[in-house]
Amino acid sequence: MDFNFTIIWEYADLFKKGILVTIQLSLYAIVFGTILGLLIGLGKIAKNQWISLPFRCYIAVFRGTPLFVQILIIHFGFIPLFLNTTNAMVAAIVALSLNAAAYIAEIFRAGIESIDRGQMEAARSLGMTHVQAMRYIILPQSVKRMIPPLGNEFVVLIKDSSLAAVIAAPELMYYARLMMGQYNRVWEPYLTVAVIYLVLTLTLSFFLTRLERRLKTE
Amino acid sequence: MIVVDKLKKSFGNNEVLKDISITINPQEVVVIIGPSGSGKSTFLRCINLLESITGGTIHIKGKNITDKTTNINEVRKDVGMVFQQFNLFPHKTVLQNIMISPMKVKKVSKEEAEEKALALLKKVGLEDKAKVYPDSLSGGQKQRVAIARALAMEPNIMLFDEPTSALDPEMVGEVLEVMKDLAKEGMTMIVVTHEMGFAREVGDRVIFMDGGYIVEEDTPVKLFSNPKEERTISFLSKVL
Repeated sequence: MDFNFTIIWEYADLFKKGILVTIQLSLYAIVFGTILGLLIGLGKIAKNQWISLPFRCYIAVFRGTPLFVQILIIHFGFIPLFLNTTNAMVAAIVALSLNAAAYIAEIFRAGIESIDRGQMEAARSLGMTHVQAMRYIILPQSVKRMIPPLGNEFVVLIKDSSLAAVIAAPELMYYARLMMGQYNRVWEPYLTVAVIYLVLTLTLSFFLTRLERRLKTE
Repeated sequence: MIVVDKLKKSFGNNEVLKDISITINPQEVVVIIGPSGSGKSTFLRCINLLESITGGTIHIKGKNITDKTTNINEVRKDVGMVFQQFNLFPHKTVLQNIMISPMKVKKVSKEEAEEKALALLKKVGLEDKAKVYPDSLSGGQKQRVAIARALAMEPNIMLFDEPTSALDPEMVGEVLEVMKDLAKEGMTMIVVTHEMGFAREVGDRVIFMDGGYIVEEDTPVKLFSNPKEERTISFLSKVL
């Protein structure tokens, strides 16, 4: 196997652009997915079955269908309904956020439910409303426990953003496929982006581990 | 004054409280005893609506707290509760545990809440523990902090749900001392406990519950020395 570094250098600038777009996609999806996930997670916890039903359906649908299919439906079907035309970046961010929200909702739910019932009772017995008890007592404690699974989900998000290449969002994998098409080479483009993804995910894991350790000693 | 009338509480098909009626006067210390499963903890939890009741009414200072239009949070500001498992907030320091409710619920300023909290910590003998997290406290210290936390809301009534049952024996005394002081100050207290010594010494009235009913109630001296009901006699013969 001969490995041609020249063509990798030739693509270096494009890969740099791709990395930035990948990071951008992931960050948007992390932020929107987390906010949406919290709301859906809280909705699913609702004692009233009718209130929790739509949230349970949402999670079932988005966890139960492939992200790849979701990206295609959102790109070719959903986004044109609102923008008249479609937009790969918007579609990718929407699809990744909606998908991540379903998983993050479950992480929030599990985190909240893992807190001893006595904490809520103590807060309520002190006159706090349900919302105050959630905000000051339950959520701060559950967030600590949610960091490892959340980190996991964020790593998955970075990797899954590569699927946006199929709708031509100009992220990392898009340029790898471009390079593959131009030179008809397999190893150079795909190994290069694999290493770049690995560096991105390891960096994220590194920071999450540090955050976890800092919160523990508090 | 607390007036409980024909209180009923079921969990599914299991009726835990069958027909509880009792009046508790201001500054009275009422001790509830009884075998496990008799409904005594559930009764206590109904008084600040940690359990939704199935039937009957509870009036506190003339206000029907079981009425749907009553703001539960307003009622709870006036009724402090101490739990068997302490339920301190582990992510907050001892001082923050005590300050948070006055600040968030009563909108007291931080300075005022801190001053109050330190005074309460002094009262329960833990002023040197203000800055530590609950994890580093012993069980007895945790429960004393929990009492201070409840008192920070300046309640008129304090409920104690087996406050010493989760403690090592050598720590029971320090918690009971704090409770005795409270009783002396005239706090209205309802205490579910297995500490018969405390009941005898501090209680104005002892209530014996079994099977979801109040079986017998009297002053501690009379109930302990001369119980009338068969079930009371049988229970007391096992615990005294």
